[in-house]
Order: sequence, then structure tokens, then C-alpha cells
Amino acid sequence: MEFFERFAIPHPSPAIYASMVAIGLTVIAIVAGLTYFKKWGYLWREWLTTVDHKHIGIMYLISALLMLFRGGADAIMIRAQLAVPDNKLLDAQHYNEVFTTHGTVMIIFMAMPFIMAFMNYIVPLQIGARDVAFPRLNALSFWLFFMGAMLINISFVIGGSPDAGWTSYFPLANNEFSESVGTNYYMFALQISGLGTLMTGINMITTILKMRAPGMTLMKMPIFTWSALVTNIIIVFAFPVLTVALIMGTMDRLFATNFFTSTNGGIDMLWANFFWIWGHPEVYILVLPAFGIYSEIISTFSGRNLYGYKSMVGSMLIISFLSFLVWTHHFFTMGQGALTNSIFSITTMAIAVPTGVKIFNWLFTLWRGKIVITTAMLYSLLFIPIFTIGGVTGVMLGMSAADYQYHNTMFLVAHFHMVIIPGVVFGMLAGLHYYWPKMFGFILDEKIGKWTAWIISMSTLLAFMPMFFSGLDGQARRMYTYSESTGFGIWNMISFIGAIGLAIGFVLIVYNIYYSTRYASRDISSDPWDARSLEWATHSPVPEYNFAIVPHVTSTDALWDSKYNNHVLFPGKYEKIHMPNNSGIPFILSCIFFAWGFSFVFGMWIPAIITTIGIFICLGHRSLEKDYGRYISVKEIEETETKLRGV
Amino acid sequence: MKKKWAILTASLSMAVILAGCEPLLVFDPKGPQAQIQAKDIMLSIWIMSFIVIIVFAILAYMLMKYHTSKQRPDYRPPYIEGSILVEAICVGIPVLIVIFLSIVSVQSNYKVESTPAVYKDKEPLIIYASTSNWKWHFSYPEEDIETVNYLYIPAGRPLEFKLYSYGPITSFWIPQLGGQKYAMADMVNTLHLAADAPGEFMGRNANFNGKGFAENTFNVTAMTQDKFDQWVKEVKETAEPLTKEKFEALLEPGHVGQSTYTGTHLTFLPAPEGENGGHQHGSSKSNDSNNHSSGQPSNSDDGNFNHNSH
Repeated sequence: MEFFERFAIPHPSPAIYASMVAIGLTVIAIVAGLTYFKKWGYLWREWLTTVDHKHIGIMYLISALLMLFRGGADAIMIRAQLAVPDNKLLDAQHYNEVFTTHGTVMIIFMAMPFIMAFMNYIVPLQIGARDVAFPRLNALSFWLFFMGAMLINISFVIGGSPDAGWTSYFPLANNEFSESVGTNYYMFALQISGLGTLMTGINMITTILKMRAPGMTLMKMPIFTWSALVTNIIIVFAFPVLTVALIMGTMDRLFATNFFTSTNGGIDMLWANFFWIWGHPEVYILVLPAFGIYSEIISTFSGRNLYGYKSMVGSMLIISFLSFLVWTHHFFTMGQGALTNSIFSITTMAIAVPTGVKIFNWLFTLWRGKIVITTAMLYSLLFIPIFTIGGVTGVMLGMSAADYQYHNTMFLVAHFHMVIIPGVVFGMLAGLHYYWPKMFGFILDEKIGKWTAWIISMSTLLAFMPMFFSGLDGQARRMYTYSESTGFGIWNMISFIGAIGLAIGFVLIVYNIYYSTRYASRDISSDPWDARSLEWATHSPVPEYNFAIVPHVTSTDALWDSKYNNHVLFPGKYEKIHMPNNSGIPFILSCIFFAWGFSFVFGMWIPAIITTIGIFICLGHRSLEKDYGRYISVKEIEETETKLRGV
Repeated sequence: MKKKWAILTASLSMAVILAGCEPLLVFDPKGPQAQIQAKDIMLSIWIMSFIVIIVFAILAYMLMKYHTSKQRPDYRPPYIEGSILVEAICVGIPVLIVIFLSIVSVQSNYKVESTPAVYKDKEPLIIYASTSNWKWHFSYPEEDIETVNYLYIPAGRPLEFKLYSYGPITSFWIPQLGGQKYAMADMVNTLHLAADAPGEFMGRNANFNGKGFAENTFNVTAMTQDKFDQWVKEVKETAEPLTKEKFEALLEPGHVGQSTYTGTHLTFLPAPEGENGGHQHGSSKSNDSNNHSSGQPSNSDDGNFNHNSH
């Protein structure tokens, strides 16, 4: 029994026990359902072993939505606890665990898979490719991410959640001050999913650089593909820093090294520096693909080309460069002195310039256009004002002397939520509505969609505007409670109401998916929005091989030109198509990685050694395996095309 | 969109009313450093509001003018590449704003990082402020007294806080006197503050440091120099001496009330500055990775200032 004691929750509560039961029942229900409906084979063939970028994209999308609700549940608990002074809903330890997992889940396991979903699904279609450059690596990326997400999500029922904040600052995150295995979970969950992200980075860069359709030069790529390219370049430069920092942190916790300890030569500031050298570019990793999606949507629904395409590309490149030069602004108060702070203050504010260029280009894309307000467009138009408020407060935070007053307060919390929610979440929701017909062959209900967009954006203002005030009134972030005399009560109550509104909005999105799945018309064209780029040139839903004939491109708006300017998009005739085979190895390898991470979290060395060997066996198998892919014959293509044309 | 801006202004004014017409702490500065910061914040709010209004106005104009309902059904929007002039304006004006804010920011940086100009001619009072989970220890080396969880300061005189931590990173913050700065285990940070007049202020640790974070606060009382001297004299006459054993008991994690001692812990546990600083470890750190030596610094007699080290 002693062996099992380590898995006990160090700080249990009825809610956690209830969650355990709920998780158990859900797992039983899923297994029973799959068995009853005889879906195990389907699951294995179509999803678990798939290397199709479209299926992988959809799995990322489902994971992101699930994690949105996990992180959202945390958010509601946070806001409920703070809604009134001296609240006893959560105690300090629970509150710390809840805000730690809220941040970690939302950034790493919600926002990241959301952008991965669209990059995976859309980029190969936009460049006229049949898949990504390394389809099997792509499957591995997804499954590593997924296992990382599962690892962090079981922490609260097995062994305890991380409790040192999503930034996990050492020495607080060290064994001495964070005694449960929670931070081990954090280290391994981020490490495993981070490996997947790094692989995606390499994969996407190769795909975009090597697999574009004939005629598509770099400066003729659709803007979303450009944003994906820049994002993945940032990923490849930033994620290794996280990998190394996580290894050092893990070594400190498991093997008593002293990288970040406060004694024996450790430097506690080192973690903060490493974390933000990754962490700040990470913000742009999240926001640039969303910018790409906005550019596509605003241009489509204005009925004209994107204004200032070249400056849009240029501004992204400048942002990606500057994003590595600003990390110190996350801790102006660490005592670097006036000179260092001045330098980082200027680089930080400088980022506002290329970002501003993008905002103005979107506004000028509307100019002389023919604006149609769909749900996707509504999110994009609501993004501009709310993101501007969030963005300019970022410039305020960039003034380092003033930052001494904002730092670690609710003002900062308000700022980054007002940037990330409109910047990333609205972008993803806009993308969800925009690309849904491409993915599933029907349009999400516009009426429910627009209501949801308004509810979510107004609730965002309601939830986060008050934090600017309570922050300036001295409310530090991460306080689990406050006394009535502070006067923070009213602000937090308004925030709580906003949080409820956001919850209603997100539930409505799920309802919309359910409602539209049942009632929406399947009789839509492959180009329902009268769009401009290649992803709309193929059928909806997209056939396995994406394009029966490789498209030829002469401008950024290839489809538009073929519709209105007599451009021939698909010259030539059908030829047999080379496609990759499915493989179970990425899934199995990732499962072993999960067991590997779990073993390390609890310091169980024998399983750790066995799983490490298992990982190498999988890698060896891949190296020795001979798999030349397969061909889709012309006859098969003809049959599929006839069927999809619905003739 | 204009409507939204109106709502925003309304909510701002409502906010002031709801807060009982009391200004927000940061906008109610009681010292020169906080004043600089409040001024910078207000200035940036005005400039940023200007930008926000411009963006809102352009957006509203575009939506009203170019909505599909305002166009002929057969209207085909033109292909517009983008204009160098427009782009130059979109870059130029923000660049000018950023340059202006940079100048303000850099000047303020040097001001908040030095003794307040108005009190330059007065000798600063040096106070060592250190944290342990979840308390504040204030040592007055010149007066040779120490307090826990409360701070008495003379008004109208520059204060130099020497910040460090026995454990996680914390942040010393008295919003009405000025912005915060980190207290860390292996170096001492200096924060320059001053109070203009006697008064009581809220002080706290602003950086998350675990379970007791919310209550990791302290009371600040500013008084005239005479009263301060009198208080010091009283403490010396009445308070018990701070022994090593007593201080180590205080360092144990937990919450304690306010207390006062004669003598400071600096005599037996010096702050991590100068030869006791964590950055002295630099040379031994390379040993660490090479041959796993103990990694203790050469001046190890008091290098073990962290009682919690294993």
C-alpha cells in the first residue's frame, strides 16, 4: 500500500473527489460506447493512426475546445472565489492550484492547439499541397501534445496539481516550497507537448518553403500562410529555450541540482529570464496566426484584396525579430537598473509600431470595400477595438518606471487578457466559423453565432475592464482573497458577472455546433464566402488528396483570379497521386511518452527506464521500417471527384 | 463603436463614484517617486486614449460608409495595392509617439532609480527589508532595531530600502509611496522612496510566494523625524533583544503578528550583498557543473544565510 500512497491528493476536497468519479464515469462511458457501436476499428483507422493533416487539424481543434472548458472551469472558480471579500469558497492552496492550471492549460493546451488546428488544416490547402512535408512527424506532434495535455489534466486527481503559477518561478517551484508532485507534472507535460510543438515548427517551415504550388513565390503566398511561416520560425527559435529551462528545472526538482536554487550557487533570476525568453515570443506565436486569420476574413468579407500586403508581411517579420528582444519587460522590477530597463522599455514600445501598421492595414482593407458582416467578420471587427485597448495598455506597461506600479497587479492581468482574448481567442472563433464549412461541409448558424460574438465580446469588457481599476487601486494578482476594507469588492463582482457571460458565450458555441450539425443545410458550395485563396478551390469537405490536379498560381488571390479574371487554376489532367500510409507508431510512441512522463513525475525509476527503452525501440523501428507510401489511381480520383461534385 | 467609447467613459466615471469618490491608490501619491509614476501613467493614458479614439473613429467610418447595404448591388470593390504615403503615416506617427514616450520613460527610469530630487540634500535612512514565508522583517542598522510586519518611517527624508528574501522571490510595494521592486535570495536590491507627509499606508508583497501570499502585507506609518526618533528611543528601552535563535524561529514558515526588537539580524545573518552576495557564487558554479563539488563560495562562513537549505 505504501507504493500507492504517493498517488494520493495532498490537499483533497469534495470537488476533487467528485471530479474523480466524473472522470471515471466518462472513461467508462466512452469505452462502453465505442464497444457498443463497434467504433474501435473506425477510431483506430481514421483517427489514432491517421497522418492526414486535415484529420490531425480536427483533432487539435477538438482538444482545444475541450481544454477551453477545462481552463474556463478554472477561470470561473477564480472569479467566484474573488467575487466577494473574504470568500471561503476555495482555500489558499486550492486557489493557487486553480490559477496555475488555468494559465498553463489556456496558453499551452488551449491556445496552442487552436492555432495548430488551423495551421495544420489550412496551410497545406492554401499552398496547394497534398499534405505537410512530414506527415508522420505531424501525427507524432499531435499525439505528443495530446499526451502532455492528459498528463497535466490528471494531476489534480493523482498526486496534486502544480501550484507555483503558470510561470512556475523558482525558487518557489522548487521542492522546498512546492512540495507536491504538481510542479513535476508541469515540467513533464510542457516538455512532452513542447517537443511536439518544436517538431511542428520544423515540419511547417519545410512544408511552406518546399511544397508550394507552381507559381506561388513567397510574396504570392496567402497572408495566413505567411503568418504560419513566421510563427513557426519563432517556434523553432523559442521552444529550445523552454526545453532547456524545463530540463534544468526538472533536474533541480528530481536530482537535487542547483540551477535555480537560492543556495549553493543557484541563481533564482535565471529561470525567470529563460522562461520569458521563450514566453514573450510565445505570445507572438499565439497571436500571429490569429492575425493571419483576421487578414483572410477581413479581406474576404470586404470583397477586396488585403491592403498593404507587403507591409503586413514586413510587420510580421519585424514583430518576430523584436519579440526576442523584450523579455526583460516581464520583470522590470528585478533590479537591472535604469539603463537596462530603458533599453527594454524602448524595444517593448517599438513593437507597437508594426502592430499598429497591421491594425491600420485592416482598417484600410475595409476602405472602398463591400462589407458583409458574418459571424467570422463580426469577431474580426470586434477584435479591432478591444485589442486596441489591450494593446495600448501594453505600451503603458512598457514604460518601465510606471511599470513598477503595474507589475504583479490586476492591471497587468487585465492587459494580457484584453490582448489574448480578442487577439487569439476571437481569432480562433472567427476561424472556427470561417473554416467550419471547409472542414465539415455546412455553415454554423449565423444567428446564434452573432449573438455569441456579442455576448463574448461584451463579457470580455465586463470581466477585464474593472481589473485595470482594481490594479491601480493596489490589488495584486494571485491573491486568493482580500478584506472588505480594501474596496476591491465591487470591481471583482463586476468581473465575476463578466466571467459568467463568457461562460454562457462558450456554452453557446457548443450549442451552435450541436444545433448546426442537426439542422444546417448540407447544400452549400465549396466556396460559400466568395473567398480569395486556394483552400476554397477544392471541395468541402476536402478529399484525402486535397487537389485532384495541382493548382497553378500567379497572384496572392489565386481563386479570386480564377473566378473573376479568367485565370486557369487547374491546368492538365488527373495523374496518380502519391500519399503517405497511416501509422500507429506516433500514437504508441506518445503513449509511451505519457507513461515515461508519469514515471518521472513520481520518481518511479524502473518504469522510467523501461519506457525510455520503449521510446528508443519506437525510434529504431521507424529508422529501419521501409514504407514507400501508396498511390491513388486515376480511376479512384475520377470516382471521388464525380461523387464530390454531386453530379 | 462610438457608443462603446461612451460606455467606456461612463464606466470610468461610474467607477470613481462607486469607489466612494476616493482616488485609486496609485493616483493618490504621497511621495515624490509615486508622483512621477502617477504623472507618467496619466500622460500615457491621455496619449493612448487619443490613439484608441482614432482607431474607433476610422473603424466606425469604414463600417458606416462601406457596408454592403450602402453599395450598389453590382459594385465590385477595386484592387488596391497599398500606398507608400499611407504606410509612411501609419509608421511615422506611432514612431513619433513611441519616441516621445521613450524619452519620458528613460528620464523617469533614472529618477525612480535614484534619491528623490527634492530630498537630495538630506541623509537617507537605510532600512533592510527582507521576507520569509510570509512575513516582512525590517532592520534599521543605524538605529540598531528591527520590526516584523510593520514599518515606521520619518516623513520628508529619503529612504533607501535594501531588499532581499529568505526564500521565494517577493516584491516590496507601497503603492502610495512608489512602485515595487523584487526581493531575492542571492542579491540585494535598492529601492528609493520617500514620504512627503505623515500618514498611514498599505504595504505588501506583490509577487506570488505560496499559500500565505494574500496576507503577506505590512502597515506603513510615516511620522515626523522627531516622533520617529522618539519611537526608536522607546524601542531601545523596552523591546527585547533579537537573538539568533529568536530570528531563526521567526523565519519558520507561517504568519506572525507585529513585533519589535532591539538589535538587527544583520549582525549574525548579513544580507546577501557585497562579499555575502549570491553573485559571488559565480566562480563556484562552474565547479558545480564540472566536478559536482559542494559549490560553496570561498567566503562560506556566512554564505549559508538561507536557513532552509538542505
